[in-house]
Amino acid sequence: MKRIKTPSELEKLRKSILAGYDSSRACITICKGTGCSASGAAAVVATFREEIKRQKVETKIDIRTTGCHGFCERGPLVVIYPEGIFYQRVSTEDVAEIVSQTAMRGRIIERLLYIDPATDKKVVHENEVPFYNKQLRLIFGNNGRIDPTEIRDYIGLGGYSSLSKTLFEMKPQDVIEAIKQSGLRGRGGGGFPTGRKWESCREAEGDIKYVICNADEGDPGAFQDRSLLEGNPHSVLEGLIIGGYAVGAKEGYIYVRNEYPLAVEHVGIAIEQAEEYGLLGENIFGSGFSFTIKVSRGGGAFVCGESSALMASIEGRLGEPRFKHVHATEKGLWDRPTTLNNVKTWATVPLIINKGADWYARIGTEKSKGTMIFSLVGKINNTGLVEVPMGLPLRDLIYGIGGGIPGEKRFKAVQTGGPSGGCIPEKLLDLPVDYERLTEAGSMMGSGGLIVMDEDTCMVNVAKYFLSFTIDESCGKCTPCREGIKHMLEILSNISEGKAREEDLEILEELGNMVKETSLCALGGSAPNPVLSTLRYFRDEYEAHIKDKKCPAGVCLELIQYSIDEAKCTGCGVCKKECPQGAISGEKKEPHKIDKKICIKCGICLEVCKFDAIEVG
Amino acid sequence: MEMTKIFQEVDEIVSRYEGQITGSVGILQDIQKRYNYLPQEALVHMAKRLNVPLSQVYSLATFYKAFSLRPRGKHLISVCMGTACHVRGAPRILERLQKTLNIKPGQTSRDLQFSLETVNCLGACALGPLMVIDGEYFGNMSARKVESILKRCKKSSGSQKNQENEENKDAV
Repeated sequence: MKRIKTPSELEKLRKSILAGYDSSRACITICKGTGCSASGAAAVVATFREEIKRQKVETKIDIRTTGCHGFCERGPLVVIYPEGIFYQRVSTEDVAEIVSQTAMRGRIIERLLYIDPATDKKVVHENEVPFYNKQLRLIFGNNGRIDPTEIRDYIGLGGYSSLSKTLFEMKPQDVIEAIKQSGLRGRGGGGFPTGRKWESCREAEGDIKYVICNADEGDPGAFQDRSLLEGNPHSVLEGLIIGGYAVGAKEGYIYVRNEYPLAVEHVGIAIEQAEEYGLLGENIFGSGFSFTIKVSRGGGAFVCGESSALMASIEGRLGEPRFKHVHATEKGLWDRPTTLNNVKTWATVPLIINKGADWYARIGTEKSKGTMIFSLVGKINNTGLVEVPMGLPLRDLIYGIGGGIPGEKRFKAVQTGGPSGGCIPEKLLDLPVDYERLTEAGSMMGSGGLIVMDEDTCMVNVAKYFLSFTIDESCGKCTPCREGIKHMLEILSNISEGKAREEDLEILEELGNMVKETSLCALGGSAPNPVLSTLRYFRDEYEAHIKDKKCPAGVCLELIQYSIDEAKCTGCGVCKKECPQGAISGEKKEPHKIDKKICIKCGICLEVCKFDAIEVG
Repeated sequence: MEMTKIFQEVDEIVSRYEGQITGSVGILQDIQKRYNYLPQEALVHMAKRLNVPLSQVYSLATFYKAFSLRPRGKHLISVCMGTACHVRGAPRILERLQKTLNIKPGQTSRDLQFSLETVNCLGACALGPLMVIDGEYFGNMSARKVESILKRCKKSSGSQKNQENEENKDAV
């Protein structure tokens, strides 16, 4: 019988799990997060299993598939313990050698090591890779150490001990007080103090209350919630159960995007296992406290990340937001008091309970405590997920951890906060990242996406991109959002096509502020941010589109033309062969020409030319 | 398809959610998973079973993006239009797909081979620009690779797709 009935039984189980691990034994861990899987991790895992059998070393080597390690750029990632040898971009052909040489004999395979571009030196161990050693991986660190489908791995690392401490040593008020003391704020982007939210829910009248985990991560370029749910689902469950105890709820919901099949699967397995072990369900640990968790899958509507729309969706209704003169903590799901927090917030809770509020409050800045997980994506060398203390300057994130911009291009801007955020220019690179600073700069924390843009990115195009996104996702309930954004996009389209007038910029600004002030929910209220922030920092680029009819970055199709630099063209004929329109002509070894009347500006010639002879202007 | 069979299958799906209206988004998801789209008969039957007007089910089916009221092609192509893929050139990939297949996102090619859709971020930003065909990831895409991938896809055998993936990786 697996059911754990007392805190001491949990402790006993943890000790027996640890005793079962032989720390001198070789263990090959393979990242099976979505990024590495997309790079072929599944085949690598299968080959490892076959190869270990073939070499008859089953008794000497363990295999563990883990969640996302964060360094997606270099996947599939393989780490071999006990030494912690770090191999990147591993393919099935490398497997036999890794088993026979590294795992069995401790020999390093040079070609699989990561080369630090800053020093050109090869790095052997995971903790020496600059991408990792500049981070503070409190919430995210266990992702690489445990098999997310195996509750014993989580318990072995001290999992569910916070829950046990909560249920037997703390009153609900103590939990709320600890969360308040820690200074934890909502990691979904709003940054509302978590402890205060819990307190109002606890104080609200009603016998039935709910807690909800918002895993409807819709911001493009952000995937940290998914990584946590995929890689360490029990940490989220534990947080949610503690939260339920604190606010007086017996039921919890996890609302997760259906586009995240692996997260849905892993959460489902985690719930089943937690129930089996008696950590969820009736009378947890014999404490008298009962709690259940249900999973609700989203239907692909971005607006459902908004709390009131999310609750409507769980109820089986249209995911439309409502006015919030009454808070969800009083009337939320089925009009009962409800506490809704983001995945990262819930995953932080066990940590605070275990290590103490004071410890947590020492990390970060004055008003933004703890760590934040960012997704570093776009025009950046080291794409991936990084966890750092609040208040780290953007420059350290982008150049220190991210390794800078590829291809010797110039940094132009970093977009934070998804479709609700803004673009931050180079002159603000030393900005310490926390809730307040980002808002002051005209952006926001959001779910932690950092999209890096270089000189080839057109800011008008980026603003247009985000507005097309929000139009698509606007539920249509209120007029400012439904109609206002549409008109803003019309003006932006005119600008990108060279049809706008100078006074349009003022109209755009006015309209933007109006939509911001008058929309019903945060989707509309923040939708103009990408436009307003680019207007604030990159006005000259807008003006170039309007006055000079030029797109300086060479992106807006109506304002650019492709041509061939005769001095550079060698007449190799590759572009002529690849052009889908047959728009390129020329004799072999003679400079070629593009017929601008036929050219559809698809960019294939630019992609295939090895001599840098295609000009866009 | 036989009507009674659809009814049976819908009954089975609805009962998974204890016949509760709370489960409607999940029920629609399961119906779509079964038929690859939401057949009219299935929606009518679902409304009956949940004891709600058909208009209510219909409004859900049209509000949430994941659902399709029309049959979809044999292969589903999803092009990631997330911000990271966007700045790395995703619009060019989409443009090329539209031209080659002669359909727009949300449509299905006449030969019922391909359905094209755009998604806002698959969270595999390191591989961007990215497209997914039937769950298979094609990372570091370029407009030039579109045609050959589609051709191979029509012939469609798993090993060929993997090989293409390998080639993509080499090109990084």
